[in-house]
Amino acid sequence: MTNIFIKSASEPEPTNWKRYFSFSTDHKVIGVQYLVTAFIFFLFGGLFAMIVRAELLTPQLDVVDRSLYNGLFTMHGTIMIFLWIFPANVGLANYLIPLMIGAKETAFPVLNAIAFWLIPVVGILLLFSFFLPSGTAQAGWWSYPPVSIQNPSGHLINGEFLWLLAVTISGISSIMGGVNLVTTIFRMRSPGMTFLRMPVYVWTTFSAQLLQLFCLPALTGAAIMLLFDLSFGTDFFSPFKQGDPVIYQHLFWFYSHPAVYVMALPAFGVFSEVIPAFARKPLFGYKTVAISSLLISVISTLVWVHHMFASATPNWMRILFMATSMLVAVPTGIKVFAWTATIWRGKLHFQTPMLFALGGVAMFLFAGISGVMLASVPFDIHVNNTYFIVGHFHYVVFNTVTMALYAGIYFWFPKITGRMYSEGWGKLHFWLTFIGANLNFFPMHPLGLQGMVRRISSYDPQYTGWNVVASLGAFLLGMSTLPFIANIVSSWLRGRKALNNPWNATGLEWTTSSPPPIENFEEIPIVTSEPYGYGESHRLAADSSSI
Amino acid sequence: MRNFNIALLAIFVGAIVLASHALGQQAYNWLPVAATTEADLVGHLFSFLVTLGTIVFLGVMGMLLYSILFYRATKNDPSDAPAIRGNLKLEITWTVIPILLVIWIASYSYNIYQRMSILGSLPLVHLHIMEAPAYAEMGSSDMQPAEQIEVVVKQWSWSFRYPSQNVTSTELHLPVNQRVHLMLQSKDVVHGFYVPNFRIKQDIIPNQTIPLRFTPNRIGKYQLHDSQFSGTYFALMTADVYVDSPETYNQWLAEAATRPPVPAVNLAKSEHSQPPKTPLRSKWHTVSPAQPPVVNK
Repeated sequence: MTNIFIKSASEPEPTNWKRYFSFSTDHKVIGVQYLVTAFIFFLFGGLFAMIVRAELLTPQLDVVDRSLYNGLFTMHGTIMIFLWIFPANVGLANYLIPLMIGAKETAFPVLNAIAFWLIPVVGILLLFSFFLPSGTAQAGWWSYPPVSIQNPSGHLINGEFLWLLAVTISGISSIMGGVNLVTTIFRMRSPGMTFLRMPVYVWTTFSAQLLQLFCLPALTGAAIMLLFDLSFGTDFFSPFKQGDPVIYQHLFWFYSHPAVYVMALPAFGVFSEVIPAFARKPLFGYKTVAISSLLISVISTLVWVHHMFASATPNWMRILFMATSMLVAVPTGIKVFAWTATIWRGKLHFQTPMLFALGGVAMFLFAGISGVMLASVPFDIHVNNTYFIVGHFHYVVFNTVTMALYAGIYFWFPKITGRMYSEGWGKLHFWLTFIGANLNFFPMHPLGLQGMVRRISSYDPQYTGWNVVASLGAFLLGMSTLPFIANIVSSWLRGRKALNNPWNATGLEWTTSSPPPIENFEEIPIVTSEPYGYGESHRLAADSSSI
Repeated sequence: MRNFNIALLAIFVGAIVLASHALGQQAYNWLPVAATTEADLVGHLFSFLVTLGTIVFLGVMGMLLYSILFYRATKNDPSDAPAIRGNLKLEITWTVIPILLVIWIASYSYNIYQRMSILGSLPLVHLHIMEAPAYAEMGSSDMQPAEQIEVVVKQWSWSFRYPSQNVTSTELHLPVNQRVHLMLQSKDVVHGFYVPNFRIKQDIIPNQTIPLRFTPNRIGKYQLHDSQFSGTYFALMTADVYVDSPETYNQWLAEAATRPPVPAVNLAKSEHSQPPKTPLRSKWHTVSPAQPPVVNK
């Protein structure tokens, strides 16, 4: 059976640590490459945020000059979205999806590898722009024209140029990754793994990656048009030459709102794997949770104008998109209630992955409620472009998605490395992160309600108090990554050997060795029941007989 | 035992509703002082949203915390919990309740937005939700004689022109209790008109004139901020807004009309020529500030 999968390439891939620095087509290697690369960029993005928070410690401008401030928040947002959350999610999915569906590989291994190797290119382009005489892009991660295409330096190669190039390449990479993951889930499930037997993490990744295929081309197209406006004299978005800057906003948000769900859906997937394992109970209402993932995707393609309630949008558009935006609360609510019901009457164990998952769910609840508020047009008009929005989306992208990524990394660490992490360091990491994140992002809500506008480098002294709290929280949050790094590095090198199934969890990835062999399974498993068979006699979904 | 549990649940729900109501009443104070009739409406909406949101938050958090406290596994217990896979009735309930809640929130928001009519009126839909309709006072507000003021933005300055008196100013003066009609225009990039006390915000798209209507109802001095990122000196782009009594307003207009027009003082311009000495300096190219507006005051 195995010899048909032997690589046709003449040179065998390295099997030691060197394989992580090679053009590997093994989805597990690519998964780790994505995760480690993304985490390095996460540190850069975090460092930029800390400089921004240092500037905002006082009302006056006293740390950086205005151009540098604008460049820093632009790079912070861009790096966190395009180089941390997207690639980290894709990395985790790359590692897990074939294992979870009982496949030996992904559908397009070479495409997969190319998609990964584009990520460092994106990162180098963005970071290099700090050294240009024109500086980095400074128009925020939305890069709205006309301010983004003003190009005061007059140089052809300027920060905005590199930024648009980077976003375009990142878009191409994500579309490649999406093609690979969607095809893998559609075509490569093991016998018996029907759609309604797939773990929720597979469902959420499927739903998220479908969004990449459907919506991302809009942003990639917009970035290319903006690049032409910036550098080659076209006028797609120039208001004084019969272009329309508002069309750019529509194209941008047509992708960038669904993008929030591309980021958040896999987080919901992680919660749905971790919580049952540590509550020792099946996921409550598995089918509704699974299908609501797809519903979230569908609805999220019809809500983008809620980012533009204060833009040049007519009344009918504001009202229509208010209604669609609020509908998202229904399938997401189903998920939160299902997780709550899963731990109800469970037998809860509080290892690090569970702490991150529960912390993430609690803060997502908060983010979801402020999200419904923001869908309300009259309230949004007051807080649009204020710190209330900044607080809201950090509760989503950090307090929910990044918490879920941490939960996932700790949960699958034994599977990926074959070693256990240190529980004490993990718990310390959780508490520092949880406290730091809330200190950092909660104060942004009262600041926004008071009317503090986002993206300002100096502010009215009346806002000082909450800004000091937020800045201290940001520094604590920065420090909180240190125990994580120490834990991961030392455990990877010297941690206790992990069992194949250290959490006694269900799911096919736990039926193979830790770390899994090159082709994942000794024998392709046959699936005979729904996932999450905790408390049932046939706990593992897989049957042990072979093909 | 069953009755006891129901009683406990009733106490839990009652406590949450009371706490949420109290927080909803507090919510008015989290916003800056309201200075327009629209701001009063948004205040009610916000209080309503906070009340409902708190009920949901405390309800779910209560269940989560209860589980965390009382359903801990005993040490070294490897056994599983009961294999409860779901409950159709419960799942239908928690799908239907959010649908009803968002319909309620959306209708109430529509109602408020209709009464604000900042971009002109919406089709009137009678929604008998939460409180008695107040169209009589608000619905007709478009009929009031509106004071028309031209607002012109550039990188990075505001100017306000009063066509009836041919006065241009860097300060925005508005008569109290009168419907105001602003004509927003940008000369370069997208900017935004935002006065937190007014709860009103509108992007200003270059090469368009965007009308914005509202009714200031509290005399005082407020601050206008650019709300859409407009480049290097975005943070400096503020202006003073005065809501005046009719007498003060007319007096100010008449006085301003007598002053000779001069180029305005401009923060972006002065900072551009003399940048602050911050420890981290980039020396990156920046767009030069546009010529400050020529104003009477």
